[in-house]
Amino acid sequence: MGIDFELLHKMKGVIECPIPDRDIRRFDANLRLFPPFIDNDLCPLTIKNTILQSCYLRNTEWVCGVAVYTGNETKLGMSRGIPEPKLTAVDAMIDKLTGAIFVFQIVVVIVLGIAGNVWKDTEAVKQWYVLYPKEGPWYELLVIPLRFELLCSIMIPISIKVSLDLVKSLYAKFIDWDNQMIDQETSTRSHATNTAISEDLGQVEYILTDKTGTLTENRMIFRRCCIGGIFYGNESGDALKDVELLNAVSSGSSDVIRFVTVMAICNTVIPVKSKTGAISYKAQSQDEDALVQAAACLHMVFVNKNANTLEINFNASIIQYEVLDTLEFTSDRKRMSVVVKDCQNGKIFLLSKGADEAIIPYACAGQQTRTFTEAVDQYSQLGLRTLCLAWRELKEDEYQDWSLMFKEANSTLVDREWRLAEVCQRLEHDLEILGVTAIEDRLQDGVPETIETLRKAGINFWMLTGDKQNTAIQIALSCNFISPEPKGQLLLINGKTEDEVGRSLDRVLLTMRITTSEPKDVAFVIDGWALEIALKHYRKVFTELAILSRTALCCRVTPSQKAQLVEILKSCDYRTLAIGDGGNDVRMIQQADIGVGISGREGLQAARAADYSIGKFRFLKRLILVHGRYSYNRTAFLSQYSFYKSLLICFIQIFFSFISGVSGTSLFNSVSLMAYNVFYTSIPVLVSVLDKDLSEKTVMQHPQILFYCQAGRLLNPSTFAGWFGRSLFHAIVVFVISIHAYAYEKSEMEEVSMVALSGCIWLQAFVVTIETNSFTVLQHLAIWGNLAAFYIINWILSAVPASGLYTIMFRLCTQPSYWITMFLIVVTGMGPVLAIKYFRYTYRPSKINTLQQAERLGGPILSLGNIEPQPRSIEKDVSPLSITLPKNRNPVYEPLLSDSPNSTRKSFGSSTTFDFFPSQSRLSSSYSRNCKDN
Amino acid sequence: MDADGGSASAVGIEGRPVSLHSGQPRALYQFTQQNLPACKPVLTPGWVIATFLLIGAIFIPVGFVSLHASQNVVEIVVRYDAECIPEEYQSNKVAYIRDSSIPKNCTRYLKVHKHMKAPIYVYYQLDNFYQNHRRYVKSRSDQQLLHGLKYNETSSCKPEQLNNGLPIVPCGLIAWSLFNDTFNFVRRSEEMKINRKNIAWKSDRDHKFGKEVYPFNFQNGTLIGGGKLDPRIPLSDQEDLIVWMRTAALPSFRKLYGRIEEDIEADDVIVVHLSNNYNTYSFGGKKKLVLSTSSWLGGKNNFLGIAYIFVGSSCILTSFVFMLLHVKNPR
Repeated sequence: MGIDFELLHKMKGVIECPIPDRDIRRFDANLRLFPPFIDNDLCPLTIKNTILQSCYLRNTEWVCGVAVYTGNETKLGMSRGIPEPKLTAVDAMIDKLTGAIFVFQIVVVIVLGIAGNVWKDTEAVKQWYVLYPKEGPWYELLVIPLRFELLCSIMIPISIKVSLDLVKSLYAKFIDWDNQMIDQETSTRSHATNTAISEDLGQVEYILTDKTGTLTENRMIFRRCCIGGIFYGNESGDALKDVELLNAVSSGSSDVIRFVTVMAICNTVIPVKSKTGAISYKAQSQDEDALVQAAACLHMVFVNKNANTLEINFNASIIQYEVLDTLEFTSDRKRMSVVVKDCQNGKIFLLSKGADEAIIPYACAGQQTRTFTEAVDQYSQLGLRTLCLAWRELKEDEYQDWSLMFKEANSTLVDREWRLAEVCQRLEHDLEILGVTAIEDRLQDGVPETIETLRKAGINFWMLTGDKQNTAIQIALSCNFISPEPKGQLLLINGKTEDEVGRSLDRVLLTMRITTSEPKDVAFVIDGWALEIALKHYRKVFTELAILSRTALCCRVTPSQKAQLVEILKSCDYRTLAIGDGGNDVRMIQQADIGVGISGREGLQAARAADYSIGKFRFLKRLILVHGRYSYNRTAFLSQYSFYKSLLICFIQIFFSFISGVSGTSLFNSVSLMAYNVFYTSIPVLVSVLDKDLSEKTVMQHPQILFYCQAGRLLNPSTFAGWFGRSLFHAIVVFVISIHAYAYEKSEMEEVSMVALSGCIWLQAFVVTIETNSFTVLQHLAIWGNLAAFYIINWILSAVPASGLYTIMFRLCTQPSYWITMFLIVVTGMGPVLAIKYFRYTYRPSKINTLQQAERLGGPILSLGNIEPQPRSIEKDVSPLSITLPKNRNPVYEPLLSDSPNSTRKSFGSSTTFDFFPSQSRLSSSYSRNCKDN
Repeated sequence: MDADGGSASAVGIEGRPVSLHSGQPRALYQFTQQNLPACKPVLTPGWVIATFLLIGAIFIPVGFVSLHASQNVVEIVVRYDAECIPEEYQSNKVAYIRDSSIPKNCTRYLKVHKHMKAPIYVYYQLDNFYQNHRRYVKSRSDQQLLHGLKYNETSSCKPEQLNNGLPIVPCGLIAWSLFNDTFNFVRRSEEMKINRKNIAWKSDRDHKFGKEVYPFNFQNGTLIGGGKLDPRIPLSDQEDLIVWMRTAALPSFRKLYGRIEEDIEADDVIVVHLSNNYNTYSFGGKKKLVLSTSSWLGGKNNFLGIAYIFVGSSCILTSFVFMLLHVKNPR
């Protein structure tokens, strides 16, 4: 504003600003300085004049500032908020099971409470030695139920939360530590910010991915261009090496010069001169950087930016431009412009660049735009990112008029963005289109393989990009996202009006329904405009489409649309993973069940907001298949085991109450009970964090195995029922054997209690053993060390005269009958478990078992077809009802998965047919679906 | 069972080797990469069948040995609660047992069928007696048993805590309901000696029951429970009480009464003079007298032997079934 800095301290003024909000991208305020500085003039303030809380300002000697928002009302403070806690599907299931156990507990308490009172009134009154008072107060009735409530309170394991938190933080650490997920280029490690949701990684069903910077490297290279209808860089693939273009530049063809000028100055790039004289560019977007670099190669070097003056070195002569206004890029406008004044002749120009549909429609009347449209098509066919460059000379008075409006719009407090866009629109018309640039953004290493593997794993991919439809399709093809014809089929949804979009949707949906029975990769493509309409008016239809389709390409979508798409998939009860790298993906990442950020070139915004940050897209494979899968498997075991051991001890207590006059006597003393939950049973199971059912290599080779995790095969009510049954069986074994082996003269309370307790400890050691797939030193140490520790602890307790256990353990350990009883308990308890496990493993193997056998016996790893010998029946209820009530999908009997036939988690959808399914199952499934539709 | 631990275990380090970071111990590195060498047992038919066979082969002999040991124990059980009621009181047993004026002496005859080797343990057995009832099992004060009147906090002893405002030693329902039938054995009109010392655990006598603690104000209330104690003998020597206070976990239990330290020949007839004082009639409990020898496995209890034989044969059967399955349907 040009105020002497001596006068700064005398400055007075008012800042008009909106009430504190959380939008850190916007600050629409005005500064009104009092005379004598600027005569009550309005100075618009934007986010550019703002420093957010805890930001550092560098390379400046002094700064003059005003604190606008303070404390918790700062933008960062407001947007910090309380992040919505993410609950994994596993946790939700555990909560459900806990609820079920709680109900069971209440039922047990009520039943035993009533039985206890009945027994008391009929039997205990006769037992003179109990000396029940004849008449008690009314609340005597509650005493026995409350005693049982105390006894049964251990039924819900409290240790499960502690154990789970411990292992979850270890899962996260394993991700952080993983040396195979280090980005060698930048040597950044993967990082798990959210340590609580690793299991969800193994249950991902939909991946929504950004394109630029996520699938691609986001390293833009200027490849081709079309200037005034002439194509450069056709054969060589590199316009900068095209002799014709170089010749055109040096010969001073006006079209080409203008084109290159726009490339060089229509941007927000800041050149930075290093001490050696080399110029490097600080650009917010990689595209602009690529264009400026390319212009420099074409002898149009953007040398310096000094306040509003740009210096350009063209063929060793300096040209200066004064930037009058910058019409900034927004994702809605999809173009940006600058108004510059040529300092030599004082002419004012509007220079624009932007997406073709944001530029070509505003071409001046009479200009042939066909060649440009063709160029755009051709380039996007090659998977290149295109930008149209255009310009217009402005008349002095036209600019002055517009400038006022612009200033006014710039200082509005309400809807500033919208007003600005409207004002900009008034200037950006009648453009003379100069040409089209094509920038290549190479795919990252390993992207096609990663996508192929993950798709084999049954994960559906959606690509959400801001790019053009054609570019998106080309990229999608090149990274195995969609298959080329005839295997793949693309269904376009387009239209500009409600009706058109509606019809288009219906048609696509119909095709989709028909083709789901065919072995075809069907994907739909929708652009931002149609998506807007579809989401607004045809939400139901679109949701149905979303369920049916394995693959989708959404082009030209805005950040909020990305988040809306995530929301739709989540509302259908799918586990979604959103992966992106830029600030425009942040909302999607936060919305999704799992957000993965790529710490790439577009800054760390996405990585900061995400639950996991990785260096390269290809690490996603390892993140999901290795870390996610192991985490899920381990948690599934650990949580169910925790319930098992608590139920085991609780069942024994319940059984004991039947022989102790239903009076609620505890068989075990409180020290043993506490130690049972805290030490004896918690430590062995904690080392299950090292358990690996299959080696990483096998999982990578057979990603279909992830299905078990996705569908929640290892933790659901039916597997839980198995553990429930096991604990009931083991409780019966321990109880019956203990009271019979220690009957009559041996039936001393402390001894029987210790026999039963040691029986439980022995059994749980073997249960952990039999459920462990791979034994490392630590596991052996924990399992057998724990057993030894049990005896050591009890020997110590038995040596203390004051303890109730005094001499008990020494007595037992010297009795042969104790050891004989222990072996009897172990064999009776584990024999059937081993037999059933072996039988299933050998004669009804799950795919996991088959792979385990192949892996460990060194046999040939069977091909996919052999692994999947039985058809998996597929069903998906596609009636709109199921969308509103997604939980109602019928569980299907799946013979393959006999160990948990009644998974209540939804069965695999027909939209996710594996390639290797025999087609017969598909026919049957479509048949059943048709029946339903009728 | 342990799924054939090292059977077909492939100790393999998986994953491609990544260059080791210097200064990081190898084991720690392997841990962070989840790459610790692991043995992965596989449930191969051979191992599972062999395991079951082996268990069967061990269990059946052990079962027979246990059963043999149990069978060698000679045990004589005689129930006396019903027979020791005079005819006229048969219809009202409770009145009989409660009336302290009626003499409760009773005589039973035991016929010994088999030679019994000393020591012969004499137990009394109570059935349907809930020593494990919560109200009962908690009603004691370990501290008082050890420290006597010096220890005042005996609220756990309710409802047998105080009598006439004075504390009871030993307090609580368990002590109050002390079993008080007595037995005398006569063989060939010559009294047999019963050793009633050392019937309680030594640890209890030494560390749980005080040597300086004498019964006080015991069984002085209006409601007399079971037996009385000699107030001149310290608790640590009241072995009947110590035995009784080791509560039983089951409603049917035996407690040691004494030892006969001489052999009893087969076909000997033993006359038992007993005083039938203890009331089990009000709740229909049974009282039995047990004479038993002992083996390395304890008393006569066929359960372990039979269970071992049953489990062992089930294991063999299972292994045969699996073998058949494997032969018919090799995988």
